[in-house]
Amino acid sequence: MKHDIFEKRPMVLLIGILMVVSIGGLVEIAPLFFLSSTIEKVQGMRPYSPLELAGRDIYIREGCYNCHSQMIRSLRDEVERYGHYSLAAESMYDHPFQWGSKRTGPDLARVGGKYSDAWHVDHMRRPRDVVPESVMPGYPFLEKRKLDYSDMDKRLQALRIAGVPYTDEMIASAKADVVAQVSPDTDESKALLERYPKAQVRKFDGAGGDQPSELDAMIAYLQMLGTLVDFTKFDAAGPNLR
Amino acid sequence: MKAASEEMIALSGATATIAAGLGILVGGILALFGQDEVIRLHGLIFLAASAAAGFYVMTHPRVGGPDEQAHYMDGPIKVATIAAVIWGIVGFLVGDLIAWQLAFPDLNFDLPWTNFGRMRPVHTSAVIFAFGGNALIATSLYVVQRTSRARIFGYWLPWFVVWGYQLFIVLAASGYVLGVTEGREYAEPEWYVDIWLTLVWVAYLAIFLGTLWKRRESHIYVANWFYLAFIVTIAMLHIVNNLSIPVSFLGSKSYSLFSGVQDAMTQWWYGHNAVGFFLTAGFLGIMYYFIPKRVERPVYSYRLSIVHFWSLIFLYIWAGPHHLHYTALPDWAQTLGMTFSIILWMPSWGGMINGLMTLSGAWDRLRTDPVVRLLVVSVAFYGMSTFEGPLMSIKSVNSLSHYTDWTIGHVHSGALGWVGMVSFGAIYCLVPWLWKRRGLYSLRLVEWHFWTATIGIVLYITSMWVSGITQGLMWRAYDSLGFLKYSFVETVAAMHWPYIIRATGGLLFVIGSILMAINVWRTIRGEESSDIAEQPASAAAPELRHAIAATPAE
Repeated sequence: MKHDIFEKRPMVLLIGILMVVSIGGLVEIAPLFFLSSTIEKVQGMRPYSPLELAGRDIYIREGCYNCHSQMIRSLRDEVERYGHYSLAAESMYDHPFQWGSKRTGPDLARVGGKYSDAWHVDHMRRPRDVVPESVMPGYPFLEKRKLDYSDMDKRLQALRIAGVPYTDEMIASAKADVVAQVSPDTDESKALLERYPKAQVRKFDGAGGDQPSELDAMIAYLQMLGTLVDFTKFDAAGPNLR
Repeated sequence: MKAASEEMIALSGATATIAAGLGILVGGILALFGQDEVIRLHGLIFLAASAAAGFYVMTHPRVGGPDEQAHYMDGPIKVATIAAVIWGIVGFLVGDLIAWQLAFPDLNFDLPWTNFGRMRPVHTSAVIFAFGGNALIATSLYVVQRTSRARIFGYWLPWFVVWGYQLFIVLAASGYVLGVTEGREYAEPEWYVDIWLTLVWVAYLAIFLGTLWKRRESHIYVANWFYLAFIVTIAMLHIVNNLSIPVSFLGSKSYSLFSGVQDAMTQWWYGHNAVGFFLTAGFLGIMYYFIPKRVERPVYSYRLSIVHFWSLIFLYIWAGPHHLHYTALPDWAQTLGMTFSIILWMPSWGGMINGLMTLSGAWDRLRTDPVVRLLVVSVAFYGMSTFEGPLMSIKSVNSLSHYTDWTIGHVHSGALGWVGMVSFGAIYCLVPWLWKRRGLYSLRLVEWHFWTATIGIVLYITSMWVSGITQGLMWRAYDSLGFLKYSFVETVAAMHWPYIIRATGGLLFVIGSILMAINVWRTIRGEESSDIAEQPASAAAPELRHAIAATPAE
C-alpha cells in the first residue's frame, strides 16, 4: 500500500506532517503582512506616549484582557453601545494586540473620555462603590505604588525594533516624558504634546506631587483608548475601503 | 539488544554535566544581575534546578550493560504520570476558585497576586500544559516504546524532558502570579521561559523520533502519527507565535514582534491549534492506543485512521480566524477560517466513529468497566464539542456567541469532557501497568470519579449555555423605541446564578480528581484491592496477566 512510506520512515512522516500543517498558516498569515488593504489609511494614529505605554504594560500585567475586549465588531448593537467599529489601524502599534476574547466586563476600545478621572480612581479602588453589580476585582494597590519608569527608554527602543516609529528624540526623552504628562502647564509637557499630539496632560490619580503612581499610568492609558483616530475624516467607503 | 559502548556512556554523562553547568551559569547570571525581582527569582530557581540535576547526574553514573537496553525506560513516565495527577488537581482547583470569584468578587481579595486577571492564566496553563502536557508526555513515551518494541532513545535526555517540563511549568505559573506575562492567551510565558520550553520541546522531539528510528516493528503505529504531529506542530506554533523583542536580556519584559491585526491572526492561529494539536491530536494518540488495549479489540478501521489523520492535521491549522469574526481582520481571512472550521467537522467525527466503533463486540465493557466508560464518554464529548465548534464558527452564530460564556462552556465540554476524561482513563490504565500491579486499588472509586466528574461537566456546560446565550441576547436586545434595552451591567447581574451553578459543577470535577489521586496513590503503594475480581484482565500490568490466568480467583 502506498501509505507504507509514511509508516516505515519516521523522517518522511515528519516532513509530510510539516508540509501539511504549514499550508493553512502561510495562506492566512503571510498576506496580512503584504496586502496594503489590511490596515486602513487613517489620520491621527501615533505611538503611545511613555506614560500611556506604562499604563498599557500594567493593563497587561494585571491580565485585564481576560475580561475586557478592545475590539468593537461591526454589528449594530456594538456600534450603538461602544462607538464606531474598531479599525485595524487603531491597533497597528499594539505589541501585543489586546483585542480580547471574552466580555465579562464591557469593551474598552473607546472607553477614553467616557468617565472622569475621579470615577476611574474610585472604580479601581473599589469597583462596587460606583457600579454595585460589578464583579471586577479591586485594584487599590495601584494608587499606592510608585510607577517604575527607570527603563522607559529601553521599552521604547524594543518597540522600535518591532516596528513602532519612535524617534531618537522620543526615546531620549522617554523618562522625562513620563513625568511631563502628569505636570500640566510646564515646558516639558508642551514638548510632550508636540511629540504625542492629543496626549492628555494632568495628574490622573487625584493625588498631589509630580511623581506618577501606577494608577496615573493606568488611567492615562484608559483615557486615551479610542481617542486618536479622527472619524470625521474617515470614510469607510472611500480610499480606506478594503 | 546491543549495549551502549563505554564511549557512549562517557559522552552522555559529560554532556549532561556540561548542560547542568551551563544551567548553573545562566541561572547565576540572572539571579545576580537580573533587572527585576521576578527574573532574579527565576534565575535562582533555575540555578537550584540545574545544580540538583548536575548533582544527581554525577552521583548516579550511567552503568550501561546489556541489561539497560533490554528494558523499557519507565522512570520518566512514572514522574510525568504523577505530575499529571498533581497538576491536574492544582489546575482544577484554581479554575474553581476563579469561577467562584466571578460569582462572589470579594474572593479576589483585592490583592495583586490573587485577582482574576492573574489567576486565570494560572488555571489555563495548569490544565492545558501542566495536566494535559504531562498526560501527553507520559502516554506518548509509554506508547512509542511499546508499539516500537524499543527503549526510549537517550539516557539522560528523557529525564531532562520530564523535569525540564516541570521547571517550565513552575517558571510560567510563578511568573503569572507575580505579574510577568506576555499578555496573549495560552502563550503568556515571557521570552526566557519560552526559550526554555523550546529547548525542552526539541529534546522531546529528539527522543520520540529517536525511538521511532530504533523500532523493531516494521510499521509506525497510528497513535504515534498523532503524537508526532502534535510534537512537531506545537514546536512550529510555539516558536512563531512567541517571537518577541526583550526589553533587556537581563529583564523579564518583552514585546511581541507582531502588532495589531497580524498579531491577532498569528495568536489565534496558535491559539486554535493549541486546541487542535495539543488538546486534540495528542489526545487522539491516547484514544488510538488505550481504547483498543483496554477493550482488547483492534482499531475499527485502519483506512479511516489514515483519512482521519491527514485531513485533521491539514484542516485544523486553517481554523484560527473563527476567533476573529466581524473584527478588524480582513473578511477574506474570516471566511477562510469559517469554511475550514465547518469542513473540520467531518474528520473530527470520522475520528470519533473510529474510536467508538473500536468497541464493536465489546460494548458490554461499558457497563462493567468504568475505565472504559471514561474513555468512551470522553470520545462522545469529543464528538459533541467538535459539532458545537463548527456551529459556533458560523459567522451569524458567532455574532451571538462570541465574547460570551457560551465559548467558555464549549471549551470546557472539550477540556473537561474530552481531554480530562480521556486522560483519566489513560492514567487509570497506566498506573497498574507502570507499577506492575494486578489492577487498580479500587474500581468502585473510579465509578465514583466517573459520576462526580460527569455530573460536574453537565452542570458546567448547561449553565454556560444559559448564561452565554442569555447575555448574547441581552446585549443585542432593543426596546420598542429602538434603543438598546439593557445596560452592560444588567447583563452582568443576570450571570450570577449560572456562575454559582458553574462553580458547583467545577467543584464536583475537582472532587473527582481528588478521588483519582487517592486511587492512584494507593495503587502505587500496592495496597490490597477490594474488587480485583471485578477488574478486567487488561487492568493488570502486561507482565502479570499470564499469572492471573493461572491462579484461581480469590
